[in-house]
Amino acid sequence: MSFDVDVAVRRGEGRIAARFVTGPGATVLFGPSGVGKTTILQMVAGLVRPESGHVRVGGETLFDATARIDVRPEHRRIGYVFQEPRLFPHRRVAANLRYGMGRGGGDWDGIIAMLGIGHLLDRWPRSLSGGEARRVAIGRALLSDPRVLLLDEPLSSLDRARRGDILDALVAVRDRSGIPILMVTHDPEEAERIATAIVRL
Amino acid sequence: MILSAEEWGIVRLSLLIGGTAMLVTLPIAFVLAWALARGRFPGRVLLDGIVHLPLVVPPVVTGWALLLAFGPAGPVGRWLADWFGVSVLFRWTGAAIAAAVMALPLVVRAIRLSIEAVDPRLEQAARTLGAGRARVFATITLPLCAPGILAGMVLGFARSIGEFGATITFVSNVPGETATLPLAIYSALQRPGGEDMVWRLASVSVVLSLVALIASEWLARRMGRGLHVL
Repeated sequence: MSFDVDVAVRRGEGRIAARFVTGPGATVLFGPSGVGKTTILQMVAGLVRPESGHVRVGGETLFDATARIDVRPEHRRIGYVFQEPRLFPHRRVAANLRYGMGRGGGDWDGIIAMLGIGHLLDRWPRSLSGGEARRVAIGRALLSDPRVLLLDEPLSSLDRARRGDILDALVAVRDRSGIPILMVTHDPEEAERIATAIVRL
Repeated sequence: MILSAEEWGIVRLSLLIGGTAMLVTLPIAFVLAWALARGRFPGRVLLDGIVHLPLVVPPVVTGWALLLAFGPAGPVGRWLADWFGVSVLFRWTGAAIAAAVMALPLVVRAIRLSIEAVDPRLEQAARTLGAGRARVFATITLPLCAPGILAGMVLGFARSIGEFGATITFVSNVPGETATLPLAIYSALQRPGGEDMVWRLASVSVVLSLVALIASEWLARRMGRGLHVL
């Protein structure tokens, strides 16, 4: 049991709610734009507080409304790759990658080789292409030694060739790292390619 | 251009007063800017208004208010006299206080804009990477708004050096103590044969202000590009 999520929150007129339990591998939250997929990821990461329900990851309770548990985002050990890369503009790629590395750190060489970003380490984020920035963002999340990975439309706004690259990288992450993945997309092709299980919203 | 020893003294005094004013203003301005940019509390609009008062109230009124607060009978003045045995009246420290208060709105504005320009999504990203609030502030927020803080400081410094109304009301025009560039220029204008001195001091004022303004603009533009200067 990787994710055990049951959350609900009011957003304006509507209400965003989801309930699912997943196994290992990659779970895809699939649905049209605007149903609140991103908000669900934010609730899992602790960036948005659910009004009710619970969030359990790998057996540990990160949020429980009735038990009044709400672990801070920085203590959840959740790697979050946002829809935009969100690289820190005042730090070079290497410093961005190192930002989340704690005492132990992750498998630096292995992750950089897997994502093919070794030649980018000395660059500034603003000089990267969309696909490069995306791969660095994935690397930064992986290097923070997360117990799970959240991916929010990791292939949006990329051209076809780049999408293939990133998709290959994500499949490699899924198969080699063994880190459970929760990914949001509205593209059925992407969903098919990476999903071990699909949650329709 | 050759300045006399007296005129150099005036320039040095102005720089001392302007620099001290900025050192005093910086922490206060930062806290106020942070509260106005990020705070959600009742009375925020009122606080915003109070901070901006020195910008719109006649400087003489600000000087008079400082006189009431720091005078021998004023709350701050009595406290300073009782605990430290000092008074800021007719002293350069008083001139620095007047300059700091008059520059505060400009500095707060600049720092507030730079804080508001920091993308909170970057701070969120840092938190998911394991950084607590303090580390996010030190490694993301502060470096990203540092150019704006510097720009505000330089602008406030230029404003301090030009302060006239509040200073002359609060601490009078004492040569060598509170007579900064504008006050000395005013005195020289009243004096027969003081025109040459007026020309020289006015030129220095214009050059100092221009340099500060250009530096401030340059720093602000760097901020716009998302670069850091430190």
